[in-house]
Amino acid sequence: MTLRAALLMVLAAALVAGCGGEKKGRGGRSDARSDIQEAALRTYVAPGDMDEYYLFKSGGHSGQVYIYGVPSMRHLATIPVFTPYPATGYGFDKESKEMLGGYTWGDAHHPSLSETNGDYDGRWLFISDNANNRMARIDMRDFKTKQIFGPIPNVSGNHCSSFTTENTEYILAGSRFSIPLPKGTYEKVEDYATKYKGVVAGIAVDPKTGTMSLGWEVLMPPFDYDLGDAGKGPSKDWGFWTCYNSERATGKLEVTSTQKDRDYVAAVNWPAAEKAIRDGKFKMLGGAKVIDPKDVEGVVYLLPAAKSPHGVDVSPDGKYIVASGKLQSITTVFNIEKMLTAIQKTDFTGNEDGIPVLNYDAIKDAEVNVGLGPLHTQFDDKGYAYTSLFVESAIAKWKLGTWEVVDKIPVSYNIGHLCSSEGDTKHPTGKYLVALNKLSHGRHLSVGPSQPESSQLIDIEGEKMSLLYDAFTEPEPHYAQMIKADKLKPIEVYPKEENKNPKAIWDVKDAKTVRSGKNVEVYMLAVRSSFEPNTIDVNKGDKVTIYLTNIEQTTDELHGFGLNDYNINVVVDPGETKTIEFVADRQGVFPFYCTNFCSALHQEMQGYLLVKGSGAVSSLHAPDKSLATK
Amino acid sequence: MQKLLDKAGTFFDTQIDLRSRVIIIVASVVLLPTYFVPLWNMTLYSNQFPDGLVLNIYSSKLEGAKTPNRDDLKEINALNHYIGMRALKEDDFTEFKWIPFVIGGVILLALRVIVLGAMSKLVDLFVLFTYFGLFSLWTFYHKLYLYGHELDATAAVKVAPFTPPMFGHTTLANFEVYSYPDWGSYCMALAALLLLTAIWLSRTSSLKQKPA
Repeated sequence: MTLRAALLMVLAAALVAGCGGEKKGRGGRSDARSDIQEAALRTYVAPGDMDEYYLFKSGGHSGQVYIYGVPSMRHLATIPVFTPYPATGYGFDKESKEMLGGYTWGDAHHPSLSETNGDYDGRWLFISDNANNRMARIDMRDFKTKQIFGPIPNVSGNHCSSFTTENTEYILAGSRFSIPLPKGTYEKVEDYATKYKGVVAGIAVDPKTGTMSLGWEVLMPPFDYDLGDAGKGPSKDWGFWTCYNSERATGKLEVTSTQKDRDYVAAVNWPAAEKAIRDGKFKMLGGAKVIDPKDVEGVVYLLPAAKSPHGVDVSPDGKYIVASGKLQSITTVFNIEKMLTAIQKTDFTGNEDGIPVLNYDAIKDAEVNVGLGPLHTQFDDKGYAYTSLFVESAIAKWKLGTWEVVDKIPVSYNIGHLCSSEGDTKHPTGKYLVALNKLSHGRHLSVGPSQPESSQLIDIEGEKMSLLYDAFTEPEPHYAQMIKADKLKPIEVYPKEENKNPKAIWDVKDAKTVRSGKNVEVYMLAVRSSFEPNTIDVNKGDKVTIYLTNIEQTTDELHGFGLNDYNINVVVDPGETKTIEFVADRQGVFPFYCTNFCSALHQEMQGYLLVKGSGAVSSLHAPDKSLATK
Repeated sequence: MQKLLDKAGTFFDTQIDLRSRVIIIVASVVLLPTYFVPLWNMTLYSNQFPDGLVLNIYSSKLEGAKTPNRDDLKEINALNHYIGMRALKEDDFTEFKWIPFVIGGVILLALRVIVLGAMSKLVDLFVLFTYFGLFSLWTFYHKLYLYGHELDATAAVKVAPFTPPMFGHTTLANFEVYSYPDWGSYCMALAALLLLTAIWLSRTSSLKQKPA
């Protein structure tokens, strides 16, 4: 080789290194370019193409559920649940108003898809409300909230919820904040340890309709019940809840509740709870059938777990119960067989208000040193577990059985929950994992002090986890459910034949206004691009009820009904009928118009509400306060 | 002249042969699908409807493609109303009453020809059927003409009167419209061709019979 040729080769090598070498981004990113290209290819969903998975994220104190597509991480839609949402008219029509029951917010915490034999069946999505102690059911046929159950009696701070049993017999619920029971009772906070009580509960689900009702409640010591999971396979009869503050402390909990090295996982045998209710072994408390463990044996046990545990997650085979002690660096793994043996042998080391505490050494399989601040665990199809580490801002991948941590990936920043593809079922798919991070600072264009949350998509197919994409969302996704897209077959049009509303009309000739006394009923239809009737004549003080039917049968042809100065906006989907109720308490002429862009003549889709009054014309049309709170 | 008439008389008096009778049976059978498959198909493509809005015209009904998320006939009517076109409705088409009736009559007459075997009756049938086919085409065209010309003067969007395409492709506003006969029409054309073949085959056999 000549000297010249050698020089040329060195130069070429330097050029290649220069092109494909390390590049430092603004956020301190130092990935090789080829990894970025790989990630781009994995997450790019071309225009018109579809995502592979649905991701349903809780919307936290926004009260809603957000739908994302994976792997693109595009926000597809918002399902309003606990909070009015004018974008879909939710909380403005009579039906959804009644469902919201006067509440204007909720703290949507943990979504849970219905299951059959421990796998997602694509029927319903349940989600808990930590603020007003409710549970909602969203139908996966039309992605609409169909029932809000609650406030659940005696439950206070429904955080350790909603988790689905193997065949959706029950959705778990419980109290994060123990209070004197029944609700309405006053006791001094100094008497917290003895006079305050927690409950854990099973919300029964009708297997055909999904309708929720109260199944059973168990009276618990005044701990803070934090998270839960339902068993599967060998543990299918059990519901698990973690708790912090087994110190029964009050005041500055940051200090007072963190003194013990172990708190508990509560395990409820739900068939036993069912039987106790059947046998009449309960007392009525706050209108609910409540089982007191002092009176009924075999319903609930406590598993000591380190330290102030947060998440408890059952492995796909149902054998392991994984509790993450957020204030220690370990995750405790219990073995269901050992637990059952300990119960059989009454291998107890104490009791709390009559609830047996199982012998820790007899029931635990491992203490896995995963890292700092472990919170939640998800699973894949190859026998690995993935635990989120809040303090460390990382995810640890470890092997069930050998308890060996095999990989760790940093996330940005301070991860709370995590969600792997079908990762809490019997058959996780082991493809993607989304890190639901609490802090996003510096990872996006600044939007001022109100910062979004960050969600990071991670590839978990290979031996090493790899970061694919950063996405952002409004506050605040707690947990999420990721389901293969082909398991859901949503409708986009309500078939006319299914509309059984007796007030629905489908033909312009049936459009009419019917008056009886001070009640005015308007049978109205909406179709491109008009309302019929388009003029409503009433007298001041009349109670107006509009039955509005969207007679379209085409996907995406939605019509809105916005009534100026009356604080009303209802959106009606194709084939749907909604009821709009209000008192025409201000005189004058009020335009109404289609709020949801529908057609070339959308602007012309309008009409007038004429309210005839005898009073003087008021110069100020202030919004009616009573409407806002109704 | 008289010779020609005699010749024609002889022709019309001939009995048709077995082959022709079999072919007439086939022609009757070929007409049966016209009760079940569309005679004509119109498909309208646009940006919003890349899969096309589909309109099928049967001998007895008018039907848009129907999926859980779309009713094409409703959609076509919803769009047409902007230019003031009347809604396409089955009740407006007397054709849907008499076309199936006439096809049934043709099948019965075909069976009659097979039994009686007279060439004259076969020729009658062929002429009647051809007339019926051409008249149906004309009435269909006329309907299209009326729909495109009797536009509501108060329509939101004014367009020049037009005749929607009956055969072929055209562009109407943002739509690419394709209009073609469908299986039902092909069956009718085939039946006519079969009847003609039956005439032709027995014509030669009648010529052969003549010297004997």
